[in-house]
Order: sequence, then C-alpha cells, then structure tokens
Amino acid sequence: MPKGTGWRISLIAVFVAFSFLYLTPTLATKLPAWWGSFLPKDKIHLGLDLQGGTHLVMEVDTQKAVEGSLDLVATDLEDTLNSKNLHFKRISRNGSDKVSIVLYEKGTADIVQKLIKEKYPSYEQSPTFDEGGFVALTLKVSEKDAQDRKDKAVQQALETIRNRIDQFGVSEPTIQREGVSNIVVQLPGIKDPQRAIDLIGRTARLDFKMVREDISPTSGAIPDDAELLKEKIVDAATGAVTEIPIVVQKKSMITGDLLTDAQVRIDSQFNQPYVGIEFNSLGAKLFDQVTAANVGKRFAIVLDNNIHSAPVIRERISGGSAQISGNFTEKTAADLAIVLRAGALPAPVKIVQNVTVGPSLGQDSINKGLYAGLIGVLLVVVFMAIYYKLSGMIADLGMLLNILFLMGSLAALGATLTLPGIAAIVLLVGMSVDSNVIIFERIREELKLGKTPKSALDAGYDKAFLTIMDSHITTLITAAVLFQFGTGPVKGFAVSLSLGVIINLFTSLVGTKVIFDIFLHKGSVKKMSI
Amino acid sequence: MEILGKTNIDFIGKRNIAFIISAIVAIIGIIGIIQIGRGVANMGIDFSGGTAMQLKFSKPFAIADARAALHKHGIAKADLQEIKEGNMLLVKMAGAAVGKQSEMVQTAFKTEFTDNPFSVESSTEIGPSVGDKLRKDTLIAVALSLMGIIVYIAWRFDLKFGIGATIATIHDVLAMIAVFYLFNKEINLLFITAVLTIAGYSLTDTVVIFDRIRENLHKNLKGAMHNIFNSSINETLSRTIVTSLTTFMAALALFLFGGEVIHDFSLALLIGIGVATYSSVFVASPIVVILENRALAKNVKTA
Repeated sequence: MPKGTGWRISLIAVFVAFSFLYLTPTLATKLPAWWGSFLPKDKIHLGLDLQGGTHLVMEVDTQKAVEGSLDLVATDLEDTLNSKNLHFKRISRNGSDKVSIVLYEKGTADIVQKLIKEKYPSYEQSPTFDEGGFVALTLKVSEKDAQDRKDKAVQQALETIRNRIDQFGVSEPTIQREGVSNIVVQLPGIKDPQRAIDLIGRTARLDFKMVREDISPTSGAIPDDAELLKEKIVDAATGAVTEIPIVVQKKSMITGDLLTDAQVRIDSQFNQPYVGIEFNSLGAKLFDQVTAANVGKRFAIVLDNNIHSAPVIRERISGGSAQISGNFTEKTAADLAIVLRAGALPAPVKIVQNVTVGPSLGQDSINKGLYAGLIGVLLVVVFMAIYYKLSGMIADLGMLLNILFLMGSLAALGATLTLPGIAAIVLLVGMSVDSNVIIFERIREELKLGKTPKSALDAGYDKAFLTIMDSHITTLITAAVLFQFGTGPVKGFAVSLSLGVIINLFTSLVGTKVIFDIFLHKGSVKKMSI
Repeated sequence: MEILGKTNIDFIGKRNIAFIISAIVAIIGIIGIIQIGRGVANMGIDFSGGTAMQLKFSKPFAIADARAALHKHGIAKADLQEIKEGNMLLVKMAGAAVGKQSEMVQTAFKTEFTDNPFSVESSTEIGPSVGDKLRKDTLIAVALSLMGIIVYIAWRFDLKFGIGATIATIHDVLAMIAVFYLFNKEINLLFITAVLTIAGYSLTDTVVIFDRIRENLHKNLKGAMHNIFNSSINETLSRTIVTSLTTFMAALALFLFGGEVIHDFSLALLIGIGVATYSSVFVASPIVVILENRALAKNVKTA
C-alpha cells in the first residue's frame, strides 16, 4: 500500500459509516426500539414546500401597543385625580405619543404637574398652556420607552401565539421573531390552515362594558366617555348578518386579563355550546361589585371591539365564574376558549405573508425531484464511464460518495431540505464531476507528453489543485450570500449548495485520489484507462 | 473517448463578432432590468405582492369558464394558467391585502363550479411590504456576491483578470434576464437564485481558463498575448465542454422531470449554463487581452 493511504481510507470509511448512521432514520420505515436511545433518530427535515403546511409572516402593529399603554396612563391619571379630588375637564390620549390633560385652574395644574413628575418620571412634560380658557398640559412618552414598549409587545405577541398554537395542537411548529416587528410561524402538515390563521391572528381582547341606555345609537352625538359599537347577529337558518348598533361606556368594567380559565361547555337545556370563564380573585371581586350595583341593566361582552352579546344582569354574580353564550358551533367555541386562555395579543397583528402548500403537492414534489435526480445521476454516470472509461467510473464513485455525504450531513446538521435544495443536489451531480474532469484532462495532457501513468497522475492532481480550490471558493461566495439573504426554499438551496461544494472538495482531492494511488502505486502500470 | 482532439481555434480573433452579439444581449438585459425596476415586467408575487394559487379540479374544465367565474365574483384582473395534467389551474393576482383574495377565489369556484369540486394544492399570499423588502434584499444580495467575486479574483490574479471575470459574470446575468424578459417568463425569487448560482458557475468556468492563461504566461514570457490566450483556451476546451455537458444533463433532467414548481428555475439554469460557457471563452478572456495589450502599450510609451 502506498504511504498515506491508510488514514485516507479510514477517514472515508468513517464518513460513510456516519452518513449511513444519520440517514437510517430517514430511510428505514421503522426503527428498533433500542435505536433511539443513543443513536440519531431525526429524519432529514423537510421544508414546508415538500411536506405541506403553512408558513406565515405576521407584522405586529407595535404603534398600537404604545397607544394602548398611553390609554392606560390616561385612565390611571383620571383615577388618581378623582381619588385626590382634583377636578379636571378631560384627560385623553392625544395622537400616537402624547396624553393631554385639560384642567380648570392654574392651582390644580401645579399640583398635577408635581404628581405626574413623581408617578411618571420618564415622561416629558410640557409647560402649561392655555386652551380655550382652560389650563392644559401634555405628557409625551420618551423615544426609548416607546421602543421598549414596542419590543415587549412583539415578545408578548410571540409568547401568546406560541401558547395558542400549543393549545390548538400542531406538531413541531416553528415560531420565531424576525426583524423588528415580524413574527414567523410555520405549521407543518396542518389540515385546516384557515382556522389556524384565524386563531393566531385574532387579537382576542375581551372587555365587559356597561350599555348606555340613555343615549340613542342613532342620535349622532355621543359623549366623550361613551362609544358606539356593533353587535353582529347571524341568523342560523339563512346565514344573513344583521348589525345592531349599541352605545356603551368607553371604560371597561372588567377586562380579559383578569381571567384564569376558559372552557367549552354544553348547555344542558338547549344543547348549545358556550364558553365558561373563571376570573381570578381581583376579577371575581370586581365582577361581584359590578353585577351587584347594576342588576336589571345591560352590560356588553366586547370582543375585539365587536359586541358579542349584551345580556341583562339578572342578579348579583359572585364566585367568579360567568359564561359567554351565543351563536357558537363547537369549533368556534373551542377556538374562543383557546384565545381567552392564552390571553390577548398586546397589539393587533397583520398577516403579511401566507404560503400554504397542500400535502399532496409536497409529496408530488418529492417524487418528481427524486425522479429527476435519478435520471440526472444516470446520465452523468453513463457519460463519464464512456468518456473516461475506468477513470470515469472512479469519478462516478466519487460523485455517489458526494451524494451520500451530503445527505448524511443534511441529516446530521438538522438542515432543512426544500425543493430548490433537491435541485441544488441534482445540479451538484453535474458540477461535482467537474473537479475530476479538470484533473483527468490534465492527466491526459501529461500522458500525451509521454509521462508514466503514476507521474501523470501526480502532476495532474498537483496542477489542478489550485484551479479546483479557486472554482470551489467562488461558488461558496455566492452560496454564502444566498444563505444570508434567502428565506425558506432559497435558504434550503444555499445550504445544499454550500455543503455540497465543501464535500466535493474532499471527495475529489482525497476520495478519488486514494483509489488511483492504490491502482498505480507501484509505478509499473503501463497504461491508464482514461 | 474524446470529443475534440487537439484544437487550434482563434477564439480571441473572433472577439469583435462576440462583442457585438454580447452587447446586443446585454442591452436587452439592461432594458429588462429597467422594466423590472418600473414594475412592468412579469414579476413574481414574491416581489410585487399579491396572491398565487394552485387549484386541482376533479374534472377537466374550460379556462374561459374559470375566467368568467372569477369575473362574476369581482376578480377582474387575474392571470390564469392551465396545467392539463391533473386538471390544475394556476391563478395569479397582484396587489390587495393578504387574506382576501384567496377566499374570494375559493368562493367563486365553489359557487360557479358546483359539479367540479376542487382542492387548494398551494396558495401564496404576500403583502406589498414584504415584496418591497425582498426586492431590496435581493439587490443587496446580487451586489454583494458580485463584489465578493471581484475581490477574490483580483486577489488571486490581478485587477485586469478581475475586471474580465466580472464583466463576463455581469454579461451572463444580463443574458439570463434578457431571455426571461423577452419570453415574458416570471421574474421571481427562484429566478434570482438561479441567476446567482449561474454567477458562481460562470466564474468557475472563467477561473479554470484564467488559471491556465496565468500558467502559460509564466512559462512563456515572450509570446504574443493573443497566442498565449488562444492556446490556453484551446487547451482547456475539452474540460469546458465536458463540464458544461454534465451540468447541462443534470439541469435538463430537472427541467424535464422536476415538475411545475422548478420548471422555470431549471430553464434559467439551462440558459445560464450555455451563456456561462460562451462568456468564459468569448467575453472574459478577450477583455483581459485588450486590457493587457493596453497596459503593455502604455509601458512601452513610458519606457
């Protein structure tokens, strides 16, 4: 055996063994029970384009989260001023980053200014100014606080969405933050994508608000502390939707964040599903107080600014449980229970990208990709064997090793295989023989100069080495850029391409060389089959 | 077996014809880019935003009926394409918010094609903001990879070779865009992927020839540039052809059997492989010859 053959052969053997080891879970239909305990058990991860499923990109409306926190500040100030008996005309959010406060007299303004400084030190306060005879001042949220709030909102939205998906029951979902305000959700193999999208994308903000019977919804003049919302009623028989406008108090009596649980129950009387909710201790106390004080009045259950129903309070409800009933199917009731349990999103989300692939198309793509790959391999194998004879077959062997190693490393690294990824592998079949072509052409030239096969081989490899390095590095540069900028399928392409290029460097410079060395090491071989 | 024995073709001498052909192709490519920039080319929805759906019907249907059905339900502007095999219909619509169009299309067919039920094989909806971001990212990606390539070649060889290789690579990119633009094929993310792949491939092709030129320049300091370049191209010609052939075969298999999703992608690869092979012989090397000769003339003058 020529020098240095031993370690090269062992290295190749180790790689082959590892590739098969990692590929076994993908190739075998059923693994023995002992396998999973200490051997790799993950299959090659298939992209959504191959296994079917839904890929969503959602944009969190972070500005709304900032506005929401300003609304809270305004409400809190109202309460504080009321409790201190300080009279004010109006406190409300002003635009997207301010709260304005309008007071009756300068004296109160001074106290309020001091109070705000203590309570909200990070807010910028304007000097007082005159507004139509009243004393006004504004509070501005600092740039940094607003950023923090936005950042937190995306984080919270991500957690909430993860919660909802977990409760909905999807196997192996991916939920990731992308960029400043985007969330990427991947749901492989999902059967009813539209239902999942509705569930994930819903803000699910629950409010209990008192109905203002004293104001007519058609009057047009609605005071500052009230708002006009709509109740949608769907006729079960015809499906026709009627909207009933109702005026409610702007301020919520109770909100959804005071819930501890929500479950679907079935009404024993009408056999109708409804959602039973449980409040935490604070919620239960508030609910008890509100219902006690308003027996005989109506309150509205408001979901995402739509009135779900507006029942009359018949009696005081203590104990902290209540029910939301109405036009539910079992599915819609179950979904509502999930979103109420998982909590509301801190800000509305908008779906900006939705890619859904059906399972049959995915399987079809795998089959076609494999078929095309097989034909590509066959064409190249036959061509090389005819053109370079025995040497060509050695190159073919190298190419097959290439594919084996590439598949093995895809499995080992947990990389995702996409349809363009399969295309990259097929393309690599063509490109991978290139290194050998460069070497073989060199060897032929050297042989024509009258060298012995052994020295022609060495010269061929030596001279081709730099060329092969150069050509591989240039391909790697583009693959790296593709990886950095690509998403989904394109990233899969870049992964397959760059792995393939690196592996190819190894098989052509080490793998096939060692076979030639073994054949020609004595230097006595007179003729080379090339 | 050998396809070519020893050849002695005067590639560099044909540079004027080659330059004219390449210039025409490049100009069409530039027009294509301008049209893409103006948004009048056939853009994929991943760049323009919009909805693309693939529907599978249970029975054959007439495309005119499908169009009428969509029209009746308020979808006036939709690109329809029929795939006879498997009764498939591709629907492409530009613009509008995510979530609306897909539902509208489904309702339209549900009500109009009552006796021909369908399933949604795939649906892609992309909001306009995503498309904008992707377009920007793509431009950066293309610029970055071209820059990386120039820097590498300039480092491994010298600036003249770097310029030659870059012009050849840009030429290939332009040629691919030109063909896709002329035949009104969709410019989407997969096309860009193919373009960048070919950029890498074309460079490989060019580098192999450049390596040989450099080697021969070291061996033969006195010969005329013209001859050294010609003999280098001739010496590497069988490799150029064999590699293009094997890669072409693999891409052809993808094109013929890889299915609808990567059909245009493989077409782009096939075009690219052809163009890249041409450009490494007829564009990259002649440009370096011109640059080298100009540098020599300058040296003579100053000496």
